[in-house]
This record gives sequence, structure tokens and C-alpha cells, in this order.
Amino acid sequence: MENNFFGEYKVPIIHKFDYLKPKSIDEALTVLAQSKNPAILAGGTDLVDMIKENVVQPDVVVDIKGLDALNQIKFENDTLFIGAGVTFSDLIESKIIKEKYPVIFEIAKTVASVGIRNRATVVGNICSALPCMDSGPLLSAYDASVTIAGQKGTRNIPAAEWFIAPRKTALQKGELVTGVSLPYPKVKHAGCWIKLGRYTGEDLAQVNLLILAMADGTFRISFGAVAPVPVRAKKIEKLINGQAITPSLIEKAKQLIEEEIKPITDVRATKEYRMHMAKVMFERGMNAAISRLNGCGPEYGTSVI
Amino acid sequence: MKKEIKFNLNGEAITLEVNPNEVLLEVLRDRLGAKSPKCGCDKGDCGTCTVMINGKTVRSCLVLAIEIDGQEVVTLEGLMDSGLTPLQKSFIEHNSFQCGFCAPGMILSATELLAKNQKPKREEIQEALSGNLCRCTGYTPIIDAITNLTK
Ligand code: FES
Ligand code: FES
Repeated sequence: MENNFFGEYKVPIIHKFDYLKPKSIDEALTVLAQSKNPAILAGGTDLVDMIKENVVQPDVVVDIKGLDALNQIKFENDTLFIGAGVTFSDLIESKIIKEKYPVIFEIAKTVASVGIRNRATVVGNICSALPCMDSGPLLSAYDASVTIAGQKGTRNIPAAEWFIAPRKTALQKGELVTGVSLPYPKVKHAGCWIKLGRYTGEDLAQVNLLILAMADGTFRISFGAVAPVPVRAKKIEKLINGQAITPSLIEKAKQLIEEEIKPITDVRATKEYRMHMAKVMFERGMNAAISRLNGCGPEYGTSVI
Repeated sequence: MKKEIKFNLNGEAITLEVNPNEVLLEVLRDRLGAKSPKCGCDKGDCGTCTVMINGKTVRSCLVLAIEIDGQEVVTLEGLMDSGLTPLQKSFIEHNSFQCGFCAPGMILSATELLAKNQKPKREEIQEALSGNLCRCTGYTPIIDAITNLTK
């Protein structure tokens, strides 16, 4: 791209595609089934960039912002539904989220910048499925399921089966994710989200960690950006569930992190740094989640790193 | 492939034929003469292309022009119908910008913040502006201008 000081935009998107904005899910599914290489557009913060970079070359872009049913945040039958059109800003502003899932508020606040959060969606985030995504640990810690509509009907698949590899999910050609469902844990609980970046402010994650501490003494621990897909740290959970959380137990758990995650070195951090910080974050996250469970601890939205 | 879109730009009704692959930033600057949004990074990282869609700031480098059919778009030009806003005056008083390349994004982002929160804390201002990169000022005079206006 050529650019001069006055912000002249020199190279437009060369690749040609058609654009459709269906009014119903059925209409969307028909288009998705009939076109050769469709791309689904919600916020566009990933998709438009990928088209510019020629990573994606759709023949038709299907804009789902006209599907009102997908723009909802609902809490029904003890389950939170986040529709595919829901942006991170919608989550930050939602009363349901603040009251029932404050840790989602905490996560959404760390996603990119306001200008991105006003467009970018949770569902788009998990469909792009980049390892550094912020919504991966959310789905995995809450044992969420992904609702997928297709011409043969609707299917629900658990988060653990959704993420297959970087940029690869269980979504099949012709299908559309309509939303994600997060069951509300049965016991009282509190959470802590820690996103490590190179600086405070807008950055992609070097390490992500979500901890849920439950009143029955169990924990759910999920890491992001330290493996090809989000890692639910089952070995650590097995070690600490139901135990008294002592400094020596935390030390043992920190050692186990080396078996759970497989960080790589890239432009944002070395694998050694990621490994080291994952342990630091685990300890601080545990403290914060447990304090919050006991009614104290840092306010949601305050970083503990 | 061309499609006709109708939208509102800075209070004016616009009808325009666009190709689906035209980016909003490009259409605003090159076809509609709204030069306040600028292309800094072209991938959503810098904020210089910021405009508002239905009152919310977005990165116009990541929006297809065709998406704004039926929407309301405001660029910095549109905020200034009756001259400089108090926020802009405060920026001038604090000598907040040097080259000014980041200014439209900063002003729109601060405007969005103040519409929701009249008395933002310093950290809230920082968060609202984060993702708007300024290579000249070190941000302090920009944040000071907003804090001073709201205290
Ligand atoms: S040009 Fe759009 S964010 Fe940088
Ligand atoms: S004043 Fe030059 S980039 Fe901000």
C-alpha cells in the first residue's frame, strides 16, 4: 500500500466479490449452500483485513447484520445466549452480563480498542479462531456450546470440539454459527480474567487466562494464546479441586502448567517468557478469583497483572 | 455487481453506487471528499480512519462501504457544523496535537466517551483513546485537554 502524509488511500481491495444481506436465517443458509466460497460478515474487523491480505477470497460476502434474531443477549433456563451479531461493546453495556457474568465484562474490556469492540463479535472471534483470541478461554471455562445452523437443521457442539487448529473450526461449508450458549454454573462462583500484552492498552495477547472459582471448592482454568487452541487445564483442576489452596499446592500447580500448555516464540513474546508469565498469572488469578468469591478482591475490570 | 446504497453522511442524504469491494474509508475520502479520516495502518490498529456509524466509533478501513446502506455516518467534519466544539477548543488550548494526523480519531473517540460519561476518570480516558496511536505528543496533552474540560 502506498501512503502519503495526508492519508491518501492508494490500493483498494482488488479481489471482486458479491455482497448479500439476507433478511432471514433460511435465506442466509440458502446463499451459503449455493455459493462456492462464501464468507460470513458480522463486524468485519477480521474479515475485511483478511480479504485485503488475500488470505480469504470469497465469491460472495454474506452480511448477517440484518438478522435480528442473532443480535440478542438472552438469559434463559440458566443459560446465557450470545448471538452471532453481538459485539464486545454490547457485552460491556449489557445488564445481564454485569450482573451474572461480570468476568465477561472484564474480558470484553480487554479486547482491542473501542472502535474495534463496537464492531467485533464474540462469534466472529471464535470463528476466526486465531490462537491469541480472547473469547477462546471464555467458551472453554464456561463449558459453552456453539450453535450451528445448517440446511439440515441445527446442531450444538461443545467448545472443546469447536476449536480444531489455528484458523480451523468444526464449522462445515454451508453452515452458520447463530450464537454461543454458556450454562450458568450451578454454585456461587467468581472469576478472574488476565490478558498479558506488551503494554497496557490495545494489543493481542501473549498469554490469556480465565479462572472460575466455585463455592464448592472446584475451579475451572483455561489458557489462551499458549497452544494452537484454548487449553482447559484439566490436570491442574484435578490437583486443586476440593483441596485447601495453600502456597505449596499453588507451587505444584504452577509446575503442572508446563505439562498443560505449549507456548511458541513469535513477534509478541518468547516461549520461555510466556511459560514464566503463565505461572505468575495463574498465581495472581487464583488469588483474585478466590478473593472475589469471598466478596472482596479487585473490582471486575481491574487488571491484576 | 455495483449496488446503490443510501445513507446519511454528516446530516446529508447520500445515494451512491458502490462496488462490494470498496472500503468505506476510500469512499469517504476519494468519492465524497470527507478527508478527516485518514489511512494510517489500513488494518484496524491505529485509529486514524475513525468515523462514527450510528453514534459509535468504527475503523472505516475495516468497513465495506456497502455495509452502511441505511446507516448514519458522521466524520469529524460533521461534528463541526457550528464551528469548533468545546472539546476541540480544549485541544487547541492544550496544544494537544503536533502534526494532527491522529486528531480526527482522537476527537471522535473522546466525543463518544463524553456522550456516555461526562466525568470520566483519567484511566477511562486512556482506555477510550487506546488504539488511537499518536506518534508526536506522547498522549499527555491530549488526555489533559479532556480532563480539563470535564473537571
Ligand atoms: S487506518 Fe484504520 S485503523 Fe489504521
Ligand atoms: S499529533 Fe502527530 S500523530 Fe498525533
